Amino acid sequence: MPMLDVAIAYNRYKFIGNEFLTWLWFTIDTNQHFFKTVDETITSLYLGNRIVLENSINDSSESITIKGDDAGLEEGLLSLRKGAVVIEMNLSYKTENQDWKFTLKGESLSFSGLNVPQTGPAETKADIEGMVLEKAYLYEKAIELVNRLFNIFLKLRSSVEWNQKIVPDIKKWIQV
Amino acid sequence: MGILSSSVSITQYRVEGKLSEPILESVATGLKKNAVEEIDNESSDKAIGWTCFNNPFSTDFNQSPFLIGTHLVFSMRIDKKSIPSKIVQKHYTLEMTKKLAKSGRDFLSRTEKKEIKDHVIHLLNLRIPATPNIYDLIWNYESNTLWFFSNLKGANEELETLFTRSFKLKLIRLFPYTMAALTSPLSDVEKDALSQFTPTRFTE
Repeated sequence: MPMLDVAIAYNRYKFIGNEFLTWLWFTIDTNQHFFKTVDETITSLYLGNRIVLENSINDSSESITIKGDDAGLEEGLLSLRKGAVVIEMNLSYKTENQDWKFTLKGESLSFSGLNVPQTGPAETKADIEGMVLEKAYLYEKAIELVNRLFNIFLKLRSSVEWNQKIVPDIKKWIQV
Repeated sequence: MGILSSSVSITQYRVEGKLSEPILESVATGLKKNAVEEIDNESSDKAIGWTCFNNPFSTDFNQSPFLIGTHLVFSMRIDKKSIPSKIVQKHYTLEMTKKLAKSGRDFLSRTEKKEIKDHVIHLLNLRIPATPNIYDLIWNYESNTLWFFSNLKGANEELETLFTRSFKLKLIRLFPYTMAALTSPLSDVEKDALSQFTPTRFTE
């Protein structure tokens, strides 16, 4: 795999991140059990309150933002049916008694609006160090989850299974 | 927005290369050499450098240690002065009028005008305080990973430059392509195939 100039690689392969989000939505909707195999502590992974899709057929691109809780299954699926891909997605990740919320952008897979479970108040210097460690652990949970999911996606995407099974399944899901 | 904020942004990085031993000393040296400098009452309009986490107006890394658990934790600070263009224009006009009256001429050359403008900006920079922006980071040396708490393009670019200058290590931003190339479990064959990928169409 050639190490391309960063700016070129970023733009040329951002579709991979967008396809990852599209696949992730499909998996969230059709196979919740799957997430247990990625993270033993997970109880659910769901779409949060925002999803952005982009349709870039015929040189021009149109983006559609759907907001609100239970964001846009219907409207989003309709856009997918018209050929759009997911470019940004808000997710809600839950374990037994904790929850995380964050938005992922397909092109960068960077996190924004990352809210982790609450940590106790910090007053002394030692408290602050403890809080940093706790926060770092909580950030890592979300980052690890996304990195693992992306690695699984990459394996799938480079296998024959992608075109033979996954893509037909996603097509069926979009059409339902 | 930083590590302890209730809502954060994170850009992931991979660090390539190794520091010379003892590592903590190398980090401390890099931080001290490239600590942010105060530019209030100076004519510079921008300063970028390292500062202490949770104590961003101190660059005394002995007082605020940068090692927390096994994480290296510190911040990048960008101080910037922005003078409203109308203020520049006002002082520029006043200076020009003075210069014309003094010289007895009714016009100034392009070079003279530029000199006046530079002089005015220099004087204003001395008087105006810089606005600080602080960006935290967590660097896990053992796992070669770094989390930068901002997605702003400008801040990320400044980080990459400052980091490389300070520690002589390569800092690679992680996004789909670099993740596939550097941090994924793909085999070389799969990586090669991936670089040939074209977008999937999910509609007929």
